[in-house]
Amino acid sequence: MSDTETERDSTARPSLSGLRGLSTRGSIEIAGIAVTAVLALAMLGFVGLDWLRDAPGGLGAGAGLLFEQFLLLGAWIDFYFGTNVFRHPFTWRALSTGVFVGIVGPLVGTYLVHRQMALIGETLAHTAFVGVAIGLLFVAATGWNGSLLLVALLVSAIGALGLQWLTEQTDSYGDVPIAIMLTGSFAVGTLLISWGRDVAAISIDIEGFLFGSLAIVTASGARLVSVLSVSVVALVVYNYKQFLFITFDEQAARVARLNVRWYNALLVVMTAVVVVGAMQILGVILVAGLLVIPVAASSQLARSFRETLYLSVLIGQVSVLGGLAVAIAGGLPPGGSIIVIAIVIYLLSVGVSDGSTGGLSLH
Amino acid sequence: MEANDSVSAVIEAENVTFAYGETTAVEDVSLTISDGDFLGLIGPNGSGKTTLLHLMIGLKEPDSGSVRLFGEPATEFEDGERIGYVAQRSTDRGGTMPVTVEETVLMGRFAHAGHARLDEKDYAIVADALETVEIDDLRDRHVNELSGGQRQRAFIARALASEADILALDEPTVGVDADSRDRFYDLLDRLNDQGITIILIEHDIDVLTKHVDTVACINRELYHHGDTVSFLESDALGEAYGTAAGIVQHNH
Repeated sequence: MSDTETERDSTARPSLSGLRGLSTRGSIEIAGIAVTAVLALAMLGFVGLDWLRDAPGGLGAGAGLLFEQFLLLGAWIDFYFGTNVFRHPFTWRALSTGVFVGIVGPLVGTYLVHRQMALIGETLAHTAFVGVAIGLLFVAATGWNGSLLLVALLVSAIGALGLQWLTEQTDSYGDVPIAIMLTGSFAVGTLLISWGRDVAAISIDIEGFLFGSLAIVTASGARLVSVLSVSVVALVVYNYKQFLFITFDEQAARVARLNVRWYNALLVVMTAVVVVGAMQILGVILVAGLLVIPVAASSQLARSFRETLYLSVLIGQVSVLGGLAVAIAGGLPPGGSIIVIAIVIYLLSVGVSDGSTGGLSLH
Repeated sequence: MEANDSVSAVIEAENVTFAYGETTAVEDVSLTISDGDFLGLIGPNGSGKTTLLHLMIGLKEPDSGSVRLFGEPATEFEDGERIGYVAQRSTDRGGTMPVTVEETVLMGRFAHAGHARLDEKDYAIVADALETVEIDDLRDRHVNELSGGQRQRAFIARALASEADILALDEPTVGVDADSRDRFYDLLDRLNDQGITIILIEHDIDVLTKHVDTVACINRELYHHGDTVSFLESDALGEAYGTAAGIVQHNH
């Protein structure tokens, strides 16, 4: 993750930085992105250790030792804050997932918001909910021991491509196909779960998926999210120009012979991936907020598209970390607190840009 | 010998027909655009001008007939950077997306760069393009803060940055004030003098005939295709618009 992040930094507009030097504001943003990257790398390290400590031989033993150090660090944090959370692995798993979705949510969201596709995230979250329901039934019926998240991911990705097909047929990302998909999948999900409760014992708390919870992030879930997040960041960096062109001027991108269909499909599938990851922390109902609100806030402030991306990720990260802190401190659901913090930042950014819209853009 | 023909002919449309469902938008149109032409496409509202333009640059595939772009079937033509396109109503696109003028013009280099990083040469070409259209002082401004005329210049700069051989412009000066419009067309004249082929849709006949050197007048079918003088002497315009009036009367 840090590799890709720093690579993006170094591509930052040579002509401009050459002319004016990096502004203070630009330097702060770059520093923020660097801190985020370091944080993400640390979380990647934790998830990796969590995975490797089950490995046989010296590798597993070494990883186990380092893992213990991580929890020891957590115990010290607990000591200072007077809490009893950071010494437990599940907190770190939830934190790592939070950090990852705090990066990829706004990253993908930047493209969605500026294509007037803000509610796609919400729709795909509802589709993922069907995936969870199917997964739960499958587990109850067969005793299969796989990851629920993987089933949710698969169903959500299929839903994403279905939605893509539907919008291509109707030739727009209209409200109607989205409303049908959104309510339809949620309806199927609730039916499946109610029916499932009658036929088999379902052990998992479904409310955790609806409203988000730190407790539902499993070790394999955190691992899946970390791998997917690294892939999403890599894809966005690799296809930065193509996504920007298609988002800004789809017709001209078509004339330039970009494969618009392929990039559209890639974008919705990436959205499905991000949504399934973020769903654990934020819940099905609130997940779209993480994709939309930080982007709305940063669009108020940013002077360029590249800056919009940086600020979205920073605002997303601050919201997630702040929200998790509030949730842990107050024993509240993390989804609600993350979204409320994001909205506070949005309102502040509206206030700031109201006073100086002209000043921000003139040099 | 055929190769020689296709060098001078940039676009060859032969018996092109295209329909939206039941409604025929373009019917049996044949025309050839040569290298260096400045073609004005004129016709009443809903006469299929935009559709024909889209067919010519390969955005749409004809139901029958064929379109060749630089000698290749237009929809299979892959060198996207050779075509610069400024859409109708691009003046109100961009919305709230915070994209700077420079970022917009950089998009012209994207087809060249693919997934590779843009280099110094790309930035130099973009700086040149901004200078050519005289908006280099606006490079850090948001596109959506520009006036209509400035924004259209930014889109032209994007086409120049892609080093396009053809500029396809669909009513580029709608919503642009008269003074900026004149300067915009002077810019097009200069670009055409430098050898860029231009296809222009424009509903203002006076402005059109002052700048272009050939005119294609269509209303679903092609009514006239020839140099500007022969167009003005013919009554193609009356015929083309007369048909439209007839259609309107039918609807009553």
